[in-house]
Order: sequence, then structure tokens, then C-alpha cells
Amino acid sequence: MTPRFAPGTRVRVAERGVSGHVRTPRYVRGKRGVVERICGAFRNPEELARGRRDGDVIPLYRVRFAQRDVWPDYDGSPGDTLDVEIYEHWLEGATE
Amino acid sequence: MSATTHEHADRGDEFLERAFRELLIERGVLTQAEVDARVEFMYEREGAAYGQRVVARAWADPAFRARLLADGSAAARELGIEIGALKLVVVENTPQVHNLIVCTLCSCYPRMLLGMAPDWYKSVAYRSRAVREPRALLAEFGLQVDAQRTLRVHDSTADMRYLVLPMRPVGSESLDETALAALVTRDSMVGVAEVQLPA
Repeated sequence: MTPRFAPGTRVRVAERGVSGHVRTPRYVRGKRGVVERICGAFRNPEELARGRRDGDVIPLYRVRFAQRDVWPDYDGSPGDTLDVEIYEHWLEGATE
Repeated sequence: MSATTHEHADRGDEFLERAFRELLIERGVLTQAEVDARVEFMYEREGAAYGQRVVARAWADPAFRARLLADGSAAARELGIEIGALKLVVVENTPQVHNLIVCTLCSCYPRMLLGMAPDWYKSVAYRSRAVREPRALLAEFGLQVDAQRTLRVHDSTADMRYLVLPMRPVGSESLDETALAALVTRDSMVGVAEVQLPA
């Protein structure tokens, strides 16, 4: 599966509630960041957790968020960042 | 305190582990001494020695450092350290950037390099504060990150494992790789400390 987002692309994490084993932390859902790198392709943990071990591998990204975009009241330095690994099916293009 | 005593047995799986272990001991399948010896063995075998070697080599050999930052798993393999199916991402501290590792979802940790994760790494307080107020958290570890330095927090949410390449301490220029490795602490490779020369 060819990665949809290149490094440097601005993306938004989908804002959805999903039950079961999900590895997209809630604190970044709906937040915007930038693809820092493509980590490779891995099996979807949501399917693995349900016992499906032959599912497709999907691209995994490291997305870099500005701390101030994640926490509006963040009181560290303005350049501080938070990098989170996110699977492609949780990412949307962010045009603005 | 025995190696298997939990100070904070506040999770169901810890109660389960304790109940199962105590039952095995009561039934004579195992002795507490055997359990302790096994735990000690795991700690010894899996201490931070591999991580120390990786960092010392990176300090001593700029070409290795470049390969390590480009592909941590491949560079570790050069030293005979197998990372496995996971991928190692090495993040470098510089005068401009400090890095901190956390896993907010559970307690993912580069165990193949640093051994067993310390209890604090698995605590809810660390896992939440590392992303929410990392500078205040680090100050409690005794590390003041200068406001001019960028603080990068890395949340190990999926298939990557992270290692911080700390800054080589000033004054260590004459040390060989073995002596350098001895300076490197587990905490510095998680990003809650800097590497210091002995006073």
C-alpha cells in the first residue's frame, strides 16, 4: 500500500470514537500536525486485537504536533512538540 | 524488599500475578527464592548495557552516529543487537533540542536496549504528565530544560521504539568507548536526565 501522505504534509487526526483496541491516543484526535516521517507498513492493531492476523499492512506515520495546538494552555516553550505514531486510516488531509 | 514485591499493587493484573505466584509457592511448584533469582537474572541480562554500548559507539564514531540516526535497527544490528519486528528510532539531544520518551497508552519501552522499564515509567502520572506538562515533570526529575531549547516528546503509540542519544558530556574527550559507556545512564536514554561526568 503506497503511503498517501509524504513527509511535511499537514494532516488532521480523525475525530471518532472507536471501541476495542485502538492505538490513536484520544488527546490528538481532531488535532492537526505534520507528517514527520513514514515509519513503514504494519498490520492494523485494531484487527490484530480481534484475532485477525492476516489483514493488510497499512502505512504508519510519525506525526509532529505543536504542543500549543494540542493543549491550548500549554505553558512550555512555543517550539515544543509532540510526536505520535498514527496509522494511515486515522489521518485526513488538512488543507488550511 | 524482595524483587517481586509491588509497592503499588493497584492493578488487577498485579493482584492476579501475586495470587498465582503465591499459589505456586504454597503448592511447592516454586520457591520465592527461585522467583527472585529469575527476576534478578532478567534484570541483569536485560540491563541498560546494550543501550550504553550503542550510545558510546555513537559518541566515539560519527559515521556510526549518522547511521544510527538514519536507521536505528540496522545500526544496532552492527553491534550484534537485534531489535526484532519493532523499529528503533533514535532521537538526538543537542544544545537546541531535548527529547523525552513516553508511552501514554501502556508502557512501550526499548526493553531490548534498556532492560525492564522502571515502575515510574509505567505510572499514570508519568504517562500523562510527559505529554501534558513535560517541563514541569522533568524539573521534578532534577532536569531544567532551558526555555531556549525545544522539547520534543515522543509518544510510543505503535510499532516504533525510541532511544534518546544524550549529549556527550564536556570533559569526556579523552575517554575510550568502554569508559564512555559506563557514564551513560538508563534515565539519560529515556530523556529524564543528562549524562554527567563523575564529580
